[in-house]
Amino acid sequence: MIALKTYYLVFGALLVLTLLTTSVAFVDLGEWNNVIAITIAVAKALLVGTYFMHLRHSYRLTLLVAGAGIIWLALMMTFVFADYLTRRW
Amino acid sequence: MAQAHNVLAHQFDDLEQQHDAAQLGMWAFLATEVLFFGGMFLGYAVYRYRFPEAFAHASNHMDIMLGTVNTAILIASSLTVVLAVHAAQHERRRALVRLLALTIVLGVVFLGVKLTEYLHKYQENLVPGLNFAYIDDAARHSAIFFSFYFAMTGMHALHMIIGIGIFGFLIRGARRGDYTGLYHTPVELAGLYWHFVDIIWIFLFPLFYLLGRHL
Repeated sequence: MIALKTYYLVFGALLVLTLLTTSVAFVDLGEWNNVIAITIAVAKALLVGTYFMHLRHSYRLTLLVAGAGIIWLALMMTFVFADYLTRRW
Repeated sequence: MAQAHNVLAHQFDDLEQQHDAAQLGMWAFLATEVLFFGGMFLGYAVYRYRFPEAFAHASNHMDIMLGTVNTAILIASSLTVVLAVHAAQHERRRALVRLLALTIVLGVVFLGVKLTEYLHKYQENLVPGLNFAYIDDAARHSAIFFSFYFAMTGMHALHMIIGIGIFGFLIRGARRGDYTGLYHTPVELAGLYWHFVDIIWIFLFPLFYLLGRHL
């Protein structure tokens, strides 16, 4: 069981990351704007999954099922972009 | 253990096994939800790759202030949900009811802000199919952006409406005293669902509100 303090800390971190991603969006960093926005989103999702959804203290089987969703999504993205990114017409 | 007797279905050996099975089932459902939303994220990615300028220009019509505030509101509702699960685990019934009610309030505020944004988009002629007039050469394909915007945030909002309904149902159960330290699986599973919906928004926010802001 996770201590209440952890929940408040994660909540604080999520708010800070939200303000950070919004602020950075106003600065022109070229392609890096995308990279930073997505990295922060992934970090936030991991925080929610790990602590709020208790993945940190869950069974391996649960991790496997949660991971399966992500892996299939990655496969779908990879194969579609393997096509679009290599088209020469 | 009279309580345990009531809530234990006959196909399970004990409450723990029943709880683990329910949790696994919920995660299997969430994995299918990842793919359900994943299809839309993929469509978004393909069209953004094909029409980057149109997407960047169109995204500047989003209200970044409202988007940021709504993100914070949704994160706060995720906090109230974990606190509710915690309260259920410790049999603090009144706290559980209050936290579930607070979650519903935050969810409704989020949807209210979303509705305001939708109305603004309608007034600005930015709703494809209903009222769209975006005459700008650089943004000829911006209708695609707004189609994805309404489809994805709309589907997200639908998930939230369902979640709010579930929390209403849980409040009734919590008032009746259905949830104890031994048995509070419904609260936990609804929490997982709500956090998942939160995660979807965490990705929708940068993809729609932030992408062309620096231009």
